Amino acid sequence: MPPDTRLDTDLDHRASSSAPAPPPSEPPSLAPRELARWAWRQLTSMRTALLLLFLLALAAVPGSVVPQEGVDSTRVAQWQADHPRLTPVYEWLGLFSVYDSVWFSAIYMLLMVSLVGCIVPRTRVYWRGLRAQPPRTPRRLDRLPAHRSFTTDAAPEEVLGLARERLRARRYRLRRPTDDASDEAGDGSVSAERGYLREAGNLVFHLAIIVVLVGVAMGSLWGFRGSVVVVTGDGFANTLTRYDEFSAGPFFDPDDLEPFDVTIDDFDLTFIEEGRQRGMASQFRADVTYRSSPDAEPEQRELAVNHPLSVDDTDVFLIGHGYAPQITVRNDDGSVAYSGPTVFLPEDTTFRSFGVVRVPDATGADGERQQIGLEGEFYPTYFFIRGEGGGPGTAFPDARNPVVSMLAYGGDLGMDDGSPQSVYLLDKDALEPLTDDEGKPVRVDLALGQTVDLPDGLGSVSFDGLSRFVKLDVAERPGQGLALAGLVVALLGLLGSLYVRPRRLWVRAERTDDGRTLVSVAGLDRSSGGDLSGELDDLVTRLSPTPQTPQEQTP
Amino acid sequence: MTHEQFEVLSNQAVAACAVVYFLAFLAHMAQWAVGRRVSVEERTLATAGGPETTEQVAAYPDDDAEPVMRARRIGVALTVVAAAAHLLAVVARGLAADPERVPWGNMYEFTLTGTLVVTVLYLVLYRRYRLGWLSPVVTGFVLVTLMIDVLALYEPVVPLQDSLQSPWLVIHVIAAIIATGAFTIGGMCSLLYLVKERWESRRPAGAPLGGGYLARLPSLAVLDRVAYRTHAFGFPIWTFAALITGPIWAHYAWGRAWGWDPKEVWAFITWVVYAAYLHARATSGWKGRSAALIALVGLATLWFNFIGINFFFGSGSQHSYALELVASVTTV
Ligand code: HEM
Repeated sequence: MPPDTRLDTDLDHRASSSAPAPPPSEPPSLAPRELARWAWRQLTSMRTALLLLFLLALAAVPGSVVPQEGVDSTRVAQWQADHPRLTPVYEWLGLFSVYDSVWFSAIYMLLMVSLVGCIVPRTRVYWRGLRAQPPRTPRRLDRLPAHRSFTTDAAPEEVLGLARERLRARRYRLRRPTDDASDEAGDGSVSAERGYLREAGNLVFHLAIIVVLVGVAMGSLWGFRGSVVVVTGDGFANTLTRYDEFSAGPFFDPDDLEPFDVTIDDFDLTFIEEGRQRGMASQFRADVTYRSSPDAEPEQRELAVNHPLSVDDTDVFLIGHGYAPQITVRNDDGSVAYSGPTVFLPEDTTFRSFGVVRVPDATGADGERQQIGLEGEFYPTYFFIRGEGGGPGTAFPDARNPVVSMLAYGGDLGMDDGSPQSVYLLDKDALEPLTDDEGKPVRVDLALGQTVDLPDGLGSVSFDGLSRFVKLDVAERPGQGLALAGLVVALLGLLGSLYVRPRRLWVRAERTDDGRTLVSVAGLDRSSGGDLSGELDDLVTRLSPTPQTPQEQTP
Repeated sequence: MTHEQFEVLSNQAVAACAVVYFLAFLAHMAQWAVGRRVSVEERTLATAGGPETTEQVAAYPDDDAEPVMRARRIGVALTVVAAAAHLLAVVARGLAADPERVPWGNMYEFTLTGTLVVTVLYLVLYRRYRLGWLSPVVTGFVLVTLMIDVLALYEPVVPLQDSLQSPWLVIHVIAAIIATGAFTIGGMCSLLYLVKERWESRRPAGAPLGGGYLARLPSLAVLDRVAYRTHAFGFPIWTFAALITGPIWAHYAWGRAWGWDPKEVWAFITWVVYAAYLHARATSGWKGRSAALIALVGLATLWFNFIGINFFFGSGSQHSYALELVASVTTV
């Protein structure tokens, strides 16, 4: 045990100050007050913080393995269809929505409570420590891990004066001499400390983490996000019913949707024609006209990947595109039963796309109302391979030889009973394939400009033109800026916390028996893994008037 | 030079730097072999009472012997040459694309640049931390990783997708790569810490140190400190990459800052684990061994994110660069 025990506590200071008091391993007594205090101390201990951090990391894992509602609901549905037995269990555990599940929230809420409980007392300690004096010079400087000593002819006062000057220039705080007899003011030494900002950085970092969380929480409580498919030439007004997909926080009010509208005037993209990247699309951009409210002036802009449109607090992003063949269904008498660009959703990067046409009010040969459904694929550059394993496909994602190939159904589309239904799928429960004379299902294969007759006097289908559609994501995330600001501040705090190296230095000058001056310099680095040799050598060089090699002493 | 010629140049430079890395590795092995011959007495004498508080102390007494120094100098010089060729490979890779771009579009390119960062960090820190003991590990690691990269991950040059064409990509990716390089070096130190700690605890008290690689490693305290410093360097950069620039870029490119996509989940896990590492080092009872283990767990999550997510979750992650912007819409 070294004689100077205060130094020992100094060395341990950081570890012990992180937990307000060493947590006892057992509840001290069963008195509720004591118990509560004990539990609080446990919760705010560094060890608990460590365990909660691990739990948080571990709890995040399942969300990367099980498909998540909020990320890709199609895959969730598919997964659930594939695992009917596991689904209820997973659902109960919240595994399809890990990041807002009860247990995930519980972990980070606990971590935040622990954080606050840890930071507040530390801030108080820090505040007090800010105005404190550097500690006294230890009696035996040679017991410190880093120290140097040398002798000089200069008087002790002179050396100490030089030391004070030098340390002040290096922005050390010096201990003020006091009248207190027990103080070392008279014993010929200088005590200095710097690096107070480390702890400040640490506190700022942890406080900023809380700010980030508040920002994120605001976004998920008050924000919304939706996606909408718009065919070029069409527009979209920001109302709830217009969205294909929409999710919002519990405090979101649909009346708060900004009343803007956007028209997609044109959409353009370039396909690479040559070389290895043949078929890759690039430079997607849409020309849009938008109004921030129904009576605002229309403004024009270009919307592109990485260049969203911001209307007030709402952002509109271009995130996808595809083809919308213009399909017309005519009744036998030539009247139009259905007409318009029909969205076909891409199934892969070749833009083989899937879509349906629903004709609720066709007229049959006998004049009866008849419902017709068409379902099939669109191929931008159609080819067909005969024989086994063959079939239709597309050779290039650009529309060089566009073809739609659909099967025709008759019966009840199921649109009348009011139950929700996807406009991109055909509900075939009450539909029968239309058949030709030989009893085979009728396939409607159409190149651009072609028309095909349906059997039984049901009229005809034609492929009149080709439009494109864009998929837009629309989102409002209040608190996003706050979270970002919190992160930047956290980063700055972190830099202070990691790179500011708090340290103490002491210089003592004593007359030796032969009338010279023995100067001892020692330091203590209070950061994790500091090294003071450079600093000490520098000080020694400054203090010794004649250049001499400092001796390093080993205890 | 045409783009194709630059691509060929890049590939040749990769091959050349691999050869030089191999030679550097051999030189460091030779350095170790030469050092073994110093007699036992000499060593025990010289180690007695050596101060261990500063990195400025030779890791091992006979490290200053002339043949050892020569082999080490050759090894480091070769590594510098290899790093130059490596840099050329990266630059040429960027010039090979049409239009020219930063060479960070796929896993091959990430790995190529990431290994360069490892080498450069090692060289930059070499003098400051007397990293001689790390040389065989770094050169060996970079060599093996480059070989895997070329054999398993090579892809011809292609232009970037639109969503990847953003200044934020450049910042985000370079920060992620630098942090990965720093964590990798930190992980090496933590691993050496664990190995040496185990070796020391198993060695009978008073037994001769021997001249092996482990005896030549600096003290546990120094290993721990160098590991901490490299992690402390990497952590803010990772914070910047994963939690600041990543979300900003994702906001512009995909319309959401954070979407709990598998890649993002694992970036977050890595961040939390390294935060735990920094906490562990400040908690009594978790210092040293436990902290080193946590650092290795962090490195495992980092590499898993890079390798595992791309391979196993390819289609489920927006970060898998395989998929074009494909709309998938379902509605109610
Ligand atoms: C969201 C949760 C948290 C995160 C991400 C986090 C992150 C960090 C990081 C990165 C450091 C390193 C800075 C340094 O080494 O100086 C650190 C240090 C520290 N943290 Fe946390 N922390 C969290 C929660 C907590 C909690 C709950 C406590 C209190 C029990 C705590 C107490 C400390 C202390 C005392 C240090 C200083 C260690 C030192 O001086 O080296 N932290 N934290």
